[in-house]
Amino acid sequence: MAAEGAGTHGPMYQFEIKKIFDLQLGNYDVSFTNASLMMVIALAVISGFMVFAMRGRSLVPSRIQSVAEMLYEFIANMVRENLGKDGMTYFPWVFSIFIFILVLNLLGMIPGSFTVTSHIIVTFAIAAMVWLVATAIGFIKHGFGYLKLFVPEGVPLLLMPVIVPIELISYFIRPISHSVRLFANMMAGHTMLKVFAGFAVMLPVWGKIAPVGFMVAFTGLEFVVAILQAFIFTVLTCIYLNDAVNMHH
Amino acid sequence: MFASITMLAEAAGEAAQHAASGGLPQLNPDTFVPQLFWLVLTFVTLLFVMSKIALPRVGEVIEERAERIQRDIDAAGRLKSDTDKALADYEKALADARANASGIAKQTREKLASETEAEKGRAEATITAKLAEAEARIAATKTKALTAVNDIAAETAQAVVSKLVGQDVSLDDVRKVLQPVAVK
Repeated sequence: MAAEGAGTHGPMYQFEIKKIFDLQLGNYDVSFTNASLMMVIALAVISGFMVFAMRGRSLVPSRIQSVAEMLYEFIANMVRENLGKDGMTYFPWVFSIFIFILVLNLLGMIPGSFTVTSHIIVTFAIAAMVWLVATAIGFIKHGFGYLKLFVPEGVPLLLMPVIVPIELISYFIRPISHSVRLFANMMAGHTMLKVFAGFAVMLPVWGKIAPVGFMVAFTGLEFVVAILQAFIFTVLTCIYLNDAVNMHH
Repeated sequence: MFASITMLAEAAGEAAQHAASGGLPQLNPDTFVPQLFWLVLTFVTLLFVMSKIALPRVGEVIEERAERIQRDIDAAGRLKSDTDKALADYEKALADARANASGIAKQTREKLASETEAEKGRAEATITAKLAEAEARIAATKTKALTAVNDIAAETAQAVVSKLVGQDVSLDDVRKVLQPVAVK
């Protein structure tokens, strides 16, 4: 599956999908790859953490339990603020999206591992799911009234021919902007690190200090980006859901 | 300095060449299906585990804690109202006792005053009685004295008259004569 010609030291090599074992499902190739492995690890880490952290179910939480509770409260508050009290129906879904992206981003920070969220197809699939679910909820809740979302109130009739197409385009572009934001951030950061690591390898000893120093600082920044992008992705999910559930602009 | 810049440029060039030669691995459509398959599989499993097992547990614990805190706050409120009530009772009892005490004091004062009054009345009555008795005695003495004066006057008059007339005059006669004078 590896693209021909890419050396094992190129900055893009880290994004290669490598087969671990072959798997066929009907006519489709569903081989277990390094990406699949990271997803399974993320699933195991999240489930293991959430179950292990809550094993005591104590009223006075242990450290690890308060971390799990903090994550819960953080997303629960986000959902409540954006969607209102009734929005808690969607809470497990929003929480799963957040924790999955967060853990995949952070696992990608381990040297030699693989960043699943640096693949546009993965981020696009999640963003498309969000968009489809939000649109479906919108039509189920409001029927054809959901189309009023594209006709903002208080806009002069004369401007409608301009506003409505803009609203439509911005609505349909949502899954793309939503997914590209995460994918591009993850890919750019990791590529940048690899490029500078390449400089550090190629430069003589006295020249290594600059790229290595930069990498140390940039790795810290990458951790921030990994957390921030998971957060932004989740906030946007809540905002899109809010449009569908409450139709507030 | 110049050497390092050239080396950086060379390194960048090489890196770019690597990238260009391979193309983006992200855009290789052969990898899409297996990635999507495993994404769906893991995400659906995760969603199931989170919504059915993990999150309800967290929610339960947080809710239980909130309930417990609410219960404790309620209990504290109840205890406080109990304390307030006990305090009010105590103050009421204190006020009652105070009123009672002042009532008793007033009663005692009134009783003492009335006793004093009675004693005074009795003393006055005794004094009045004694006064009356003394007055009566004085009056008696005065009468007696006056009677004695009359007798003396009568005897004297008898003696004088007897001497003057040369015959005995009875005392009664003298008295009869003197009577109007004495009365005057």
